[in-house]
Amino acid sequence: MFENLSERLGGVFDRLTKQGALSEEDVRTALREVRVALLEADVSLPVARQFIKAVKKKATGAAVTKSVTPGQQVVKIVHDELIAVLAGEDGDPGKLKIDNPPAPILMVGLQGGGKTTTTAKLAKRLRERDGKKVLMASLDVNRPAAMEQLAILGQQIGVDTLPIVKGEDPVAIAKRAKTQAGLGGYDVYMLDTAGRLSIDEELMAQVEAVRDVANPRETILVVDGLTGQDAVHTAENFDNRIGISGVVLTRMDGDGRGGAALSMRAITGKPIKFVGLGEKMDALETFEPDRVAGRILGMGDIVALVEKAQATLEAEQAERMMKRFQKGQFNMNDLKMQLEQMMKMGGMEGMMQMMPGMGKMAKQVGEAGIDDGMLRQQIALIQSMTKTERANPQILQASRKKRIARGAGLEVSDLNKLLKMQRQMSDMMKKMGKMGKGGMMKQAMRGMFGKGGLPPEMAGQMDPKALEAAAKQMGGKGGLPGMGGGAALPPGLSGFGKKK
Amino acid sequence: MSFFGKLKNRLFKSSSKLDEGLDAIVQDGGTEEPGEAPVEPAADARPDRAAQPEPAPAAKPESAPAPETEPEPAPKAEPDPKAEPEPAQKAEPEPETDPAPEPDPAPEGPKPLDMPAMEEAPAAPAARGGLFGRLLGRGGGQAVMRRELDDDMLESLEELLIASDMGVDTALRVTANIAEGRFGKRLSVDEIKALLAQEIARIMEPVARPLPLYPKKPQVVLVVGVNGSGKTTTIGKLASQFRAAGKSVVIAAGDTFRAAAVEQLQVWGDRAGVPVLTAAQGSDPASLAFDALAKAQADGADLLMIDTAGRLQNRADLMEELAKIVRVIRKKDPDAPHNTLLVLDATTGQNALNQVETFRKLADVSGLVMTKLDGTAKGGVLVALADKFGLPIHAIGVGEQIDDLAPFDPEDFAAALTGLDKG
Repeated sequence: MFENLSERLGGVFDRLTKQGALSEEDVRTALREVRVALLEADVSLPVARQFIKAVKKKATGAAVTKSVTPGQQVVKIVHDELIAVLAGEDGDPGKLKIDNPPAPILMVGLQGGGKTTTTAKLAKRLRERDGKKVLMASLDVNRPAAMEQLAILGQQIGVDTLPIVKGEDPVAIAKRAKTQAGLGGYDVYMLDTAGRLSIDEELMAQVEAVRDVANPRETILVVDGLTGQDAVHTAENFDNRIGISGVVLTRMDGDGRGGAALSMRAITGKPIKFVGLGEKMDALETFEPDRVAGRILGMGDIVALVEKAQATLEAEQAERMMKRFQKGQFNMNDLKMQLEQMMKMGGMEGMMQMMPGMGKMAKQVGEAGIDDGMLRQQIALIQSMTKTERANPQILQASRKKRIARGAGLEVSDLNKLLKMQRQMSDMMKKMGKMGKGGMMKQAMRGMFGKGGLPPEMAGQMDPKALEAAAKQMGGKGGLPGMGGGAALPPGLSGFGKKK
Repeated sequence: MSFFGKLKNRLFKSSSKLDEGLDAIVQDGGTEEPGEAPVEPAADARPDRAAQPEPAPAAKPESAPAPETEPEPAPKAEPDPKAEPEPAQKAEPEPETDPAPEPDPAPEGPKPLDMPAMEEAPAAPAARGGLFGRLLGRGGGQAVMRRELDDDMLESLEELLIASDMGVDTALRVTANIAEGRFGKRLSVDEIKALLAQEIARIMEPVARPLPLYPKKPQVVLVVGVNGSGKTTTIGKLASQFRAAGKSVVIAAGDTFRAAAVEQLQVWGDRAGVPVLTAAQGSDPASLAFDALAKAQADGADLLMIDTAGRLQNRADLMEELAKIVRVIRKKDPDAPHNTLLVLDATTGQNALNQVETFRKLADVSGLVMTKLDGTAKGGVLVALADKFGLPIHAIGVGEQIDDLAPFDPEDFAAALTGLDKG
């Protein structure tokens, strides 16, 4: 549902063909789209405004590189600026200040933001990567079973948790954690607080008290990566009241656009240290500005979309071809597609090498003069045919053959070889179809379409109606001399084996 | 409606950006009009024009910088006179360049209006307050800022709606509806709020429906949602409400993934006085759901509520797990689940649209519950959801206590969203 920013801008700049510098008008038009894109990505309104202002200054008058459209240029400027804002000046995002043990880390945030899970993930990371001895304590006396949750997680990741004492208030727990950490020789102790609304006076005062007791080296605000406009309030209120030192964005494995990252960064000025990428205990990664920047602008979307579209298209085509093959229908269009597929997969030699035990054969084949040039010639021959001829090769008589061979710059004998190959393969298809070995066919098809993907023009040629018509015409024709062996080979290769 | 009262209070207490923004827009280029402006005699209208010098200059620059640069004039302002500092300060640079208006508005009217603005700005508010008080005190009517409904104002209104998470599309639609037939009319903050609230309530009206109860026993309610949206808490609250209504309820703790999720639900079960069926962590939630349904049938329970683990809607494997739960309980009761509730977090932004879309497609969601509406998030995305999907909104969560679950009332919601003072 989200339009990709480049697309949006493409529309705006379609009328603008002139190159050179970006005029103020260009920039204004473009930035209006950028603004909407940011808002749709859940960047908070004030942050979006501020950001646009900054970009406007940079973009106006900026030179448009040759071979790039003004739209692309604006996207680039926006993208760069996004990265700059997200990254900030502070160098190492994954670093926590945990010197002079025991170093306290305070985790704060709204309810359901993922504090407890993040606490455990962070503890695991500190223990495994930094070799720290970590103690976790849950100060969540509000949510039922929150303390048990942290205790269970502690067991799972092998990190100690402060024993639960029922009825203790958060400040007392924090004190106890501090003492325990000091006595037990822990490097770090983590205080997981209850989720609280940033406007809940009572709970905010409580977390302030905890802060004053623990004097944390790091105060981490845990924010749901799917947060919308409310990110402003949360960031402002928590930072003002408690004073945070860093942010962890959770649920970044979702399909949200992550605009909250920009909001958080812009409003608090504090670094985003980590992102949570799943429910598993090791799904915590350091924050990477460029990835999030691409995501906010929806650039990631388009890549995913294209890939998905391709995958579906291929699957559909494979399915369609398979049906045809099962009926024993195999015309020049099908053959061409296979030849092209082979070219894609690295030509004859490449394919031979990929097949077990055929590496040697590849050499021999090369010596025998079967190379990619031949594939190309055969494709050229097919391309010299009319549509009717491709769909129905039986109609080729002498005059047509001459014309086709001339068109491809080859001899009629070359064409005859190709025709024979097609006949044999068609026949084999029919046999396989009769054998009802759907499974094998499917596998062969999957192999054919598994990698690489088809060029889009191919898809255009695969007109289902034409294929159907061709199929009907072919269906009536009688059987041709069979071809016993080679059935186990993928259809694309079987013809070649014979031909040689 | 105490819940909404609470909600609204919180909204006001917190920085109600919508409110501020509205005032800012209206002030920025609006003109002062006495409360009963329409009925004012012509004689009064002219001094009013005379008073124009201050708003007028503001009105001019507004056309250019308004949409993007106007965030500053944010300080809260009610339509009462003492809020005027804004335009005054805005106009400040101008007055010294155009003392011209001064001489010519000489006519009868109380012209001293622009004077304070030209002099020391800091003192202006108080002075103006006094002046206006005297000036307008005559009819007892309060001064009302009005501003022409033009493109700039509409754009600002759009932004304000967007700031409530309504999303760009819906915000455009709502403002367009408001503008229809009113373009060029002069409106005050309260009027705009009322219009907005009216429009939002109109959109929300059809989706405000409580959880339907069927005679079928047991009625199976499946509760789904992304992680941390408040599924478990919502089940606890719902169970308590149904229990109070005299229904016998059984809960199945289907979140077998998250640590201590079962314990959490057990606590809620105790609080609500409802039995909770559990399974070991890591076991198959579908089999638990099946057993729970069997037990609920055997016990003749009225309601079976099935909790599920939180899952992000783009995780195909987890969505498949959900589909399996549905498949399995249908073996026992082909109509089950009778309701599938999607629990949404009010702080969630536009991703809520994706959530609803995917969960609806894969889990056949029949209704929504929005939680955490007691925070600073206004849940404007509900408007977008109502507009796009039309799924009923059964309830809203407004706190952590067991009775902090309120039915969804479109008018109260609209009022809270727009900051309209009802009644």
